[in-house]
Amino acid sequence: MAQPLVKKDDDRDDEAEYSPFLGIEKGAVLQEARVFNDPQLDPRRCSQVITKLLYLLNQGETFTKIEATEVFFAVTKLFQSRDIGLRRMVYLMIKELSPSADEVIIVTSSLMKDMTSKTDMYRANAIRVLCRITDGTLLTQIERYLKQAIVDKNPVVASAALVSGIHLLQTTPEIVKRWSNEVQEAVQSRAALVQFHALALLHQIRQNDRLAVSKLVTSLTRGTVRSPLAQCLLIRYTTQVIREAATTQTGDRPFYDFLESCLRHKAEMVIFEAARAITELNGVTNRELTPAITVLQLFLSSSKPVLRFAAVRTLNKVAMTHPMAVTNCNIDMESLISDQNRSIATLAITTLLKTGNESSVDRLMKQITNFMSDIADEFKIVVVEAIRSLCLKFPLKYRSLMNFLSNILREEGGFEYKKAIVDSIVILIRDIPDAKENGLLHLCEFIEDCEFTYLSTQILHFLGTEGPKTSDPSKYIRYIYNRVHLENATVRAAAVSTLAKFGAMVDALKPRVFVLLRRCLYDGDDEVRDRATLYLNTVGSDGEVIETDKDVKDFLFGSLDIPLANIETSLKNYEPAEQPFDINSVPKEVKTQPLAEKKAPGKMPAGLGAPPSGPPSTVDAYEKLLSSIPEFSDFGKLFKSAAPVELTEAETEYAVNVVKHIFDKHVVFQYNCTNTIPEQLLENVTVIVDASEAEEFAELASKPLRSLPYDSPGQTFVAFEKPEGVPAVGKFSNMLRFIVKEVDPTTGDVEDDGVEDEYQLEDLEVVAADYVMKVGVSNFRNAWESIGPDFERVDEYGLGPRESLAEAVSAVISLLGMQPCEGTEVVANNSRSHTCLLSGVFIGNVKVLVRLQFGIDGPKEVAMKLAVRSEDDNVSDMIHEIVASG
Amino acid sequence: DCCPSVKNILLLDSEGKRVAVKYFSDEWPTNNSKLAFEKALFAKTLRTNARMEAEIVMFQDNIVVYKFVQDLHFFVTGGDHENELLLAAVLQGFFDAVTLLLRNNVDKREALENLDLIFLCLDEIVDQGIILETDPSVIAGKVAIHSMDGAAPLAEQTISQALATAREHLTRTLLT
Repeated sequence: MAQPLVKKDDDRDDEAEYSPFLGIEKGAVLQEARVFNDPQLDPRRCSQVITKLLYLLNQGETFTKIEATEVFFAVTKLFQSRDIGLRRMVYLMIKELSPSADEVIIVTSSLMKDMTSKTDMYRANAIRVLCRITDGTLLTQIERYLKQAIVDKNPVVASAALVSGIHLLQTTPEIVKRWSNEVQEAVQSRAALVQFHALALLHQIRQNDRLAVSKLVTSLTRGTVRSPLAQCLLIRYTTQVIREAATTQTGDRPFYDFLESCLRHKAEMVIFEAARAITELNGVTNRELTPAITVLQLFLSSSKPVLRFAAVRTLNKVAMTHPMAVTNCNIDMESLISDQNRSIATLAITTLLKTGNESSVDRLMKQITNFMSDIADEFKIVVVEAIRSLCLKFPLKYRSLMNFLSNILREEGGFEYKKAIVDSIVILIRDIPDAKENGLLHLCEFIEDCEFTYLSTQILHFLGTEGPKTSDPSKYIRYIYNRVHLENATVRAAAVSTLAKFGAMVDALKPRVFVLLRRCLYDGDDEVRDRATLYLNTVGSDGEVIETDKDVKDFLFGSLDIPLANIETSLKNYEPAEQPFDINSVPKEVKTQPLAEKKAPGKMPAGLGAPPSGPPSTVDAYEKLLSSIPEFSDFGKLFKSAAPVELTEAETEYAVNVVKHIFDKHVVFQYNCTNTIPEQLLENVTVIVDASEAEEFAELASKPLRSLPYDSPGQTFVAFEKPEGVPAVGKFSNMLRFIVKEVDPTTGDVEDDGVEDEYQLEDLEVVAADYVMKVGVSNFRNAWESIGPDFERVDEYGLGPRESLAEAVSAVISLLGMQPCEGTEVVANNSRSHTCLLSGVFIGNVKVLVRLQFGIDGPKEVAMKLAVRSEDDNVSDMIHEIVASG
Repeated sequence: DCCPSVKNILLLDSEGKRVAVKYFSDEWPTNNSKLAFEKALFAKTLRTNARMEAEIVMFQDNIVVYKFVQDLHFFVTGGDHENELLLAAVLQGFFDAVTLLLRNNVDKREALENLDLIFLCLDEIVDQGIILETDPSVIAGKVAIHSMDGAAPLAEQTISQALATAREHLTRTLLT
């Protein structure tokens, strides 16, 4: 560091890369910090050294513990100087070093002196520093000063104390709560920012007291709030009160007038906050929305990008639930399609796609076509998804929308973008029968020149399923066979499978397909040859025009109703020396995935082909455990194991939970017991089950646990017999019985004599949902059609008053214990109706599909229409019984 | 908690390197995660025109408002549900305060030469995520007053002179 910090104008032109910190080096700066110890302090020099230290820390340099301690002690010496500028840098430095508790003591007295100084700047900064580094014990010593500071006439001092209070409330709430009188006084301050900070702190102190918050809001909405920031806070608190307030049957929403009046505030920040708050009100009406939409519409033509963005983002959200309310903004929205800021343009487009009507589709598509060429892939994906939903909304418009999709499919783009387009076309083909042939040809043309193996194989598979069902399947053969010539081995193998599918499904094509398949026998890749051989030998009949056997079709092309993850585990466990692998031994239960980890910022979305890595299969573990117990070995195949249910309160002497295992003719209760008393050893542990309220169950066997030492869990089992295939339900009361022996926890010695004792456990129920297994289907609509209406049962139910639609939906899902399909378990905010699709397998291996239609009827009254399809009319009835009795 | 909060304030140069940054959120726990965020954000915003009006982008589930001048890039980040205009007010406060403190010569070299003022400025705008002040003249005033001790020795005249100019400029903006 040859150059001092003072600027030198004449250097400027010579050195383009001049920086006062060029070549700065930690060791040298730490050496320089010795000037802090000089008896004659040079404030300017000291300030420069602190700036260098701060610069190093800011660039990501770290100090070792020793270095930090040394710097800290040296910096504390600088309190001797009376130079205000230097003191300010000292404060910054102490905050950056975040000293340890014993170091804090060194500076406490200096900071406390500054806290009571006459200079406002000293008081304000000393408070912030001290509160930042202090712990609870010191706080009681300075509490008196802090309370004074909150009502200090200097606003900077008051704000410093209030903001410190907000931070301290997280660690030492009991102390900060004692300041509420002073904070309340500060809320009345004439200084804008003091009022803002005081309001924030007061609300946090009282946030658990609804009544107090409501009073606070009531008084402030009538009074004057000075700063826009404080006004924004007040709007947030008001919406919170509105949310929690009981809605009156008729009458107006409380505080709506206040929110509406904020739409006329002079600060844009406040206007926007209020407009957004109104749009997010629960069950907002069109009349309430109108004034908010009007101000947001004005913002759309603002010269400030931030304002346009905020408005269009909010309107975009409104369009999801109240598309009609936003249509007035369509003209302003359309001019935003050419906005310089591409986020704004994309939000405008997707809003228009949501609010557009059938007649505006064609014009809109024209505008979007020009727009697509100059935005990034991530925005294009959003647009493609919006177009997909538009097409589903206006199926008659499929032609222009499908053309749009096929055009952009031919243009440049990355994998995620192309995948979004292909997915959209596939969904349109599935849902709009008229679009099928056209869409399939677009996909065929795409794979003629597709650089993504994953997409090619997916499309080939899809062609194999849908192509044979079209009026002229032969026209697709050329595209498929081209792949066998031109692509890599993975795509070639997929093409072979697709060809074979055409051969098996379309008898007339079989001879020609066989000719093509025979050519594949000379392929350079093993997998391609193997597939060709397999198909030639199984699809059979030497390529004559004869229908392929149904069993063969099912074997080759039938859908696999077993979760792939389960097959994977079963195959890994399979030892080749034993019997042949039996696909029927693979459990069908869908394993619940652990909640996805909190999304790490910047992490790429998981690749689409990558299977989610599940936890080790508990189904497998249970099955292994149960089959190892001779008493249960002839119960047959385990149908389902429920999640553990706690039978004891938390932190009791013995912790017991139970897992219900359901077999065709039996039920086994597995009691997982933990002994939490170090002074005890339990022996001969059993559970005495009283099944008097479970008439259809007869106790068959019980397997006691020989010994249950401290903190080492063990299991005891009880098995019941029940009528075959019947979903018997009942209630069971449980008593833990055991012999308890004293243990000396220090030596581990056990006394010989034990005492018999009992311990009451909570009751346990077997419910109908225990007989339903969560098994998903990939395409609900197809599954629903293929199961047919033979055993369909439809009925309507009133669910009574419910907290929300979402709550009602999740209650029914958990009552039935079935797997939600296609994400239909998620209910859109504020929606008044919802359709939920469920699938599962009933005991006896009967497939069941359920379509639930919910609607809100009157204030919070939820009504539901339940349609069940299954392979057995008894099962369809039973599903209705579950709902009727639940 | 519904108190508005700022997740970070960044001042980068025209190559995306740090001039001064301050993080208030534990969303970026390590220096590497911070650098990665800065790099990606810089690349994402580089081609946009944020020289006249403040610009805005949705970035990694956060809202970022930003403004460029000369070879300096100013950023303020908040959560995705934060009021965009409130974040813009923080950005404007930071940007204008720096302009005042650097006497309208806002570029990287000037910022580095007065880095102490920039650090103090950041310290006066946001305290651990909570907005302290958004009025640029108040922010700059607090920073400038702190450095203006009447008892400054003669050797420091250059700095005092510089600050006098700053104060003069400040009054001018206050009057206009």
